Amino acid sequence: MSTPNDLYYTENHEWISLDGEEGVVGITEHAQEELGDIVYVELPTIDEGLDQFEEFGVIESVKAVSDVFTPVSCVVTEINESLMDQPELINEDPYGDGWLIKVELKDKSELDELMDSTEYKSFLEGE
Amino acid sequence: MDYVSNTVTERNEMLKEIGVETVEEIFNSIPEEVKLKRELKVSGGMSELALKDYMQEISEKNSSLVHYTSFLGAGAYDHYVPGIIDHLISRQEFYTAYTPYQAELSQGTLQVIYEYQSMICELTGMGVANASLLDGGSATAEAILMAARISRNKKILLSAGLHPAYREVAHTYGVPKNLNFVQIGLEGTTTNLTELEENLDKDVAAVVVQYPNFYGSIEEMEKIKELKQQYKKVLLIVVTNPIALGLLKPPGEFGADIVTGEGQPLGNPLNYGGPYLGFLSCKDERKYIRQIPGRIAGATEDVEGNVGYVLTLQTREQHIRRDKATSNMCTNEALNAAISTIYMATMGKAGLREVAEKSFKKAHYLAEKIDELDKFNVLNMDNFFYEFKVETKLPVKKVLSDLKQEKILGGVNLSRFDEEGILLSVTEKRTKEELDRLVQLMEAM
Amino acid sequence: MAERLIIDYSSPGRKGYSLPPLEIPEVDMGDYIKESYFRDELKLPEVSEVDVVRHYTALSELNYGVDSGIYPLGSCTMKYNPKRNEDIARIEGLSQLHPYQDEEDLQGSFEFLYELKRDLAEISGMDEMTLQPASGAHGELTGLLIIREYFEDKGIEKNKVIVPDSAHGTNPASAVMAGFDIVEIESNKDGMVDIDELKEAVDDKVAALMLTNPNTLGIFEKDIKEIADIIHDAGGLLYYDGANLNAIMGYARPGDMDFDVLHLNLHKTFSTPHGGGGPGSGTVGVKEFLRPYLPRPVLKKDDKNYYWDYDRPKSIGKVHAFYGNYGVLVKAFSYIKTLGGKGLTRTTENAVLNANYMKAKLKEEFSLPYQENSLHEFVLSGVKQKEKGASTLNMAKRLLDYGQYAPTIYFPLVVKEAMMIEPTETENIDTLNRFIETLQKISEEVENNPELVKNAPHNTSVRKLDEVKAARQPDLRW
Repeated sequence: MSTPNDLYYTENHEWISLDGEEGVVGITEHAQEELGDIVYVELPTIDEGLDQFEEFGVIESVKAVSDVFTPVSCVVTEINESLMDQPELINEDPYGDGWLIKVELKDKSELDELMDSTEYKSFLEGE
Repeated sequence: MDYVSNTVTERNEMLKEIGVETVEEIFNSIPEEVKLKRELKVSGGMSELALKDYMQEISEKNSSLVHYTSFLGAGAYDHYVPGIIDHLISRQEFYTAYTPYQAELSQGTLQVIYEYQSMICELTGMGVANASLLDGGSATAEAILMAARISRNKKILLSAGLHPAYREVAHTYGVPKNLNFVQIGLEGTTTNLTELEENLDKDVAAVVVQYPNFYGSIEEMEKIKELKQQYKKVLLIVVTNPIALGLLKPPGEFGADIVTGEGQPLGNPLNYGGPYLGFLSCKDERKYIRQIPGRIAGATEDVEGNVGYVLTLQTREQHIRRDKATSNMCTNEALNAAISTIYMATMGKAGLREVAEKSFKKAHYLAEKIDELDKFNVLNMDNFFYEFKVETKLPVKKVLSDLKQEKILGGVNLSRFDEEGILLSVTEKRTKEELDRLVQLMEAM
Repeated sequence: MAERLIIDYSSPGRKGYSLPPLEIPEVDMGDYIKESYFRDELKLPEVSEVDVVRHYTALSELNYGVDSGIYPLGSCTMKYNPKRNEDIARIEGLSQLHPYQDEEDLQGSFEFLYELKRDLAEISGMDEMTLQPASGAHGELTGLLIIREYFEDKGIEKNKVIVPDSAHGTNPASAVMAGFDIVEIESNKDGMVDIDELKEAVDDKVAALMLTNPNTLGIFEKDIKEIADIIHDAGGLLYYDGANLNAIMGYARPGDMDFDVLHLNLHKTFSTPHGGGGPGSGTVGVKEFLRPYLPRPVLKKDDKNYYWDYDRPKSIGKVHAFYGNYGVLVKAFSYIKTLGGKGLTRTTENAVLNANYMKAKLKEEFSLPYQENSLHEFVLSGVKQKEKGASTLNMAKRLLDYGQYAPTIYFPLVVKEAMMIEPTETENIDTLNRFIETLQKISEEVENNPELVKNAPHNTSVRKLDEVKAARQPDLRW
């Protein structure tokens, strides 16, 4: 199970990476595997403001639905349009082409509340 | 007769396997305080013969349409039903199957639903249809809830030309969801467009009109489309009679976002109001499809590449989404949808048109004659399909009971809906002789 | 073999119908309807009567019904649908009735509908029934709207409905449609309502607890009286989901368990056919104090006649345009009159006997997650088999290869790899044994040849279908 080092993780299996001021949010490899073949993704609108751990979208497989929550307080700056026609990108490349939204962080200190890859790995083992 | 076939020996063998002496022991998990300690006071135990005699006797206390010439409509229509339909749907594989949970053993039901969806889309001029809802009334209510979810608005403009019972069901469903219903009155027998325009604003979720409406009149769909299009978020829901669509331009061509209605006229027997089926179709757009209530069948392929059918887009539904489902719909009216599918296939392109045409022409022949009578007046002579409203200075109740003496059910007394007048419906089944006789009797009144 | 679509049988000009002649002088429709209101084309099939008969017969052959064999879907009560009920429902004097005929023409039907209401009230221990709801979920919605209306009428503010995690999905969905918020409570280790958790969840905003008893694990909630007291003491009402009435008919009544509102699925317990997903009937019963809130109209009787009472100022209104699925009611009534009180009780006994026999025979081979006594249905888990490489879904599909229908799977949600089995009373020991042997054989196959099971079904008209493709690229019409 891959858990890249440079990401921050939530207990709900989302990840966020930081590139300057911009954050990128997605779901983990573990999450996509649990869901199975993803068939549909619902994402927020651009400029939408979100509180930390607020629900921002829905990911669906054939027989399961999962809400996704933002790891940090933020404003949505971009959504991954290609998921509309190719939701399978999340299965194929959850940390790359399968990203969900790009955001502008409101408070970087919130990242401290998240897990790093080592912590997330042991969290997965405990689950 | 209780349809139980384990013998005493077998029962004992089974009890032994379970590890109890008597069946009653298994029920020990029910606390004594809630156990029923007496026999159920339910009469019965009839043999097949006795049951048939008994029910035959009960049926003879009714006066069914077998005894009458009927001009009753108002949401349930006496169209001709091809004899093959009952034979085909009575095949046990359709009749006694459950909801197609195991698709590989349910391809018959699933393909029928797919064909049903296809033909409903074709008739209504829409892109997507569901597998059926419970009846025309509840389907209208579901369409309204769907529109409210899509538009995220609460205000619903209901035309007074919509069937009164549908309006009532819509209220029953809508009020708990805080929908705000505004009734748009009539001008003559069609929706008052000035009033509609005055009430339209950006907070409206949906405009609901019936086409042809409760009185059989054809609404000014072109104008309604124009009015509605001034507001981007407002949806147009058209409640329709599928038989009329054999002839009329489909609601999809008048800007409808959701089309719904009662499928009974498509081959379903009258059965005192049910089981019927509600149909629902909408635009082929993601945001609509995501909000459709109830089941949907889709085509796909199996591992060997053969075409097959499955229930699909199920994450909308209650068994997966539970409290966030688009509706609580589970059991729908699959067998009635099968009836309608076979009806549409049998009548086909030419037949459906012919049913609509003949009903239309016979209705107009009758209406013209009634309108010529001194004591009767057809209120919507210039605009109706196969149902029209008659006014008279004579007491309506007496008119109808006099006709009944002559074995004619001369229409629905609108007093049932707190209105004066008679609503007459004429289907292709009525003969010239029956129409002339009705006119003769009315003339003599 | 695949059967093509009916539209693919079309040949321009081919017809399969005949209609009565017009007889009257020709009418110019253009005199009455604007040209722009006529449709241009209608792409429906152009086929012969024989085409239609062969096509739909071919499709029926791809299906499986109760008449084909055992249909052990848990919570679905797929019992035999007696043929005599179909004959009765087709008596012209009972079926050729228009919903707006005069009441004097309908006294026969009213007589049996009235008796049906009384019988169902006796069976369930309620005071009054409405026959209007057309399905189980429709009944749930109706019942919850009654509860809502009752509290509104009394001026009491309530906005929550408690639903156990083992409940049917329709329960939370119906409660939300009725305008309530959902509070879900977890079951305890025995698969029953956790009393402490319930107490925790209850407050004065709770309008109702929805419960099925026995629950979806087939286990009777033995603390039902205490549960009822907890809810009633907090000013809430108790709603009974009657999908599982086949377990207790003649042995216990929801009314005596202090339930205030219930719905009964006539297409389950009372033998009417499912038709591939309806029509059903979800009649609703209430205690006396809720009578004013029932949907309009209510069937009543005076000295001489039966009639519909529309004067119901406190009614929730109509939930169906007419009176519900009347045609289904005829069949349910025929069933009840065939069995009578004694027969219905024997039905329950044998449904429970059959289920417990199967459980005894299968619990070693599969896992039994809850050990409590169960009644008409039981839930196994396929976790042992899953470890060996074949899931419950795989085993269900393998059952189809053996010409038998699969149980309800992956429900209730509280059991991993769940298989929920409800044989019903109309199966006998021979059919049960055959099913048991098949399941055991499949479990052996999982041991010896898991790939065979994983790739099932092999012998059905189509093999495993691609549901992912169906959802990603919806093809919903021709």
